[in-house]
Amino acid sequence: MIAYITRRLLLIVPVLLGVSIGSFALLHLVPGDPAMILAGQEATEEVLARIRHEHGLDRPLPAQFAVYLGHALRGNLGISIQSRQPVATLIAERFPFTLRLAFLAILVSAVLGVVAGVIAATRRNSMIDLAALLASLVGISLPIFWLGLLMMLVFSVRLQWFPAGGHGTAAHLVLPALVLGASSSAVIARMTRASMLEVLRQDYVRTARAKGLRERIVIYRHSLKNAMIPILTVFGLEFGYNLGGAVLTETVFSLPGIGRLIVEGIFARDYPVVQGSMLVVATTFVLVNLLTDVAYAFFDPRIRYE
Amino acid sequence: MSDAVKAAAPRRSSFWGDTLHRVVRNRAAVAGGIVVAVFFVVALFAPVLAPFDPLKGRLGARLQAPSTAHWLGTDELGRDVLSRVLYGARITVRIQLAAVGLALAVGAALGLIAGYVGRWVDQLIMRFMDILMAFPGIFLALAIIAALGTGLGNVIIAAGIFLVPQFARVVRASVLTLKDMEFVQAARALGQGDLPIVVRYLLPNSLAPIIVQTSLRMATVLLTASGLSFLGLGVQPPSPEWGAMLSNARSYMITAPHVAMIPGLAIALVVLGFNLLGDGLRDSLDPRLRE
Repeated sequence: MIAYITRRLLLIVPVLLGVSIGSFALLHLVPGDPAMILAGQEATEEVLARIRHEHGLDRPLPAQFAVYLGHALRGNLGISIQSRQPVATLIAERFPFTLRLAFLAILVSAVLGVVAGVIAATRRNSMIDLAALLASLVGISLPIFWLGLLMMLVFSVRLQWFPAGGHGTAAHLVLPALVLGASSSAVIARMTRASMLEVLRQDYVRTARAKGLRERIVIYRHSLKNAMIPILTVFGLEFGYNLGGAVLTETVFSLPGIGRLIVEGIFARDYPVVQGSMLVVATTFVLVNLLTDVAYAFFDPRIRYE
Repeated sequence: MSDAVKAAAPRRSSFWGDTLHRVVRNRAAVAGGIVVAVFFVVALFAPVLAPFDPLKGRLGARLQAPSTAHWLGTDELGRDVLSRVLYGARITVRIQLAAVGLALAVGAALGLIAGYVGRWVDQLIMRFMDILMAFPGIFLALAIIAALGTGLGNVIIAAGIFLVPQFARVVRASVLTLKDMEFVQAARALGQGDLPIVVRYLLPNSLAPIIVQTSLRMATVLLTASGLSFLGLGVQPPSPEWGAMLSNARSYMITAPHVAMIPGLAIALVVLGFNLLGDGLRDSLDPRLRE
């Protein structure tokens, strides 16, 4: 187990290094003088020289990257061009919101997806199974932003059950979490169905049935527990994808998350904000995947010896 | 040959003939295939099919509900929504083909090299793919747009690079299984060079998973590209790109919801079509799933 975790940890080092090179390179990939990008088009030559010196832009690229990485590791992600606040502060204000939204969406999809998947698997090839299959295909095909507008139109404008946008109360998060969780629910339902069908074929399930256990216990205690192991990995992956989907959900419902921060940063050409947010989101995604893999190895000992 | 042996012998022996038969029997694949075919026809013949100019509006006819003159109503500038949706299919097809083509060419090449050469080359390529995949969902596309700017060409690059690792992984996995098979070993024993082995044996035998991926990824590209346009970071108005149309129509959602709903429905339908087709193809092409 320890060896497995160590190997897995070593593997993420080059990935995180690559991610930080990517986010560092962003400013230099933008056509034009980085100093001018940071200072604005009207900056005088003196201001540009000062900016170049302050940001170390007059030094060779590898040296610049070393400084960037050193700062990032100590939590210094630079200063926002637009608001003049530290990028780390902006991210600390907005990221928890996105994490909460992504977590709620996973909760929604865990309940919907696992229930639908178990029902579909236990009544294989029935009308219910077919309906669940179709629903999950539709679920992964709907554009998040359109589903969001549709839900808003029906539940906020027409029925007035939930507020149409903004934030503050729990009611404000219901629609965004449902919208964001829709496609994860579909993925998890399909995975649960496949995994359950696999487990239901196993000898220990036949044994459980043969010794006369009630079907409910066979399904929930013996089968689902084992079927859940591969589904765990999907939870981790889907959590990451929900961070991506949050960009669109936050735009539809005007929510103050990191997705909005990035999009506004791109519009305002506020590159330090975009760089910092990308770095934080990607690092989070990599760490979530690491945790998922470790959890997988913990629950399924067969994995560790591969 | 006795009658019994004749009866037991399979009627079709060709892989692709066999597969085609199974694809046709698979209702999901047929339904998806029909949607995709209609979509391509619409894109190709949009100028013939569209009753109005997609870019010219009449300000006297703003935000009209569907009528006999405008089957799907008009938008905030009095433009015909049906004509815009039909023309939007053209832009969508162009983005999809270019982005998936780019991802396929780069991804398949990298996957072939990684799988065939192995060792440190494999490590290098796949770690690089890991880095691209460390940006969840639309984030990688956003980063590319942040660096390159908006517009059709950059959307294609952003949506395409996003998919390179997917193709690389699928092709690499396929090559890894094929590499040790007897027919490839035999080719090598007969003195065939690396390039002929890759082109003649590995690539054709990896086609099945590549075709499945291509169909599924046509769906992903549409979601990514229209998402970027919806955020205002993709194809820009007044172009009738579906995501951009939806983004514009948001402001009129309460007075004229159909203007926002119709392009979204178009996206959902086409994505569903490609997903059904891809799923159906996977079930038909995967030898392990054969009865």
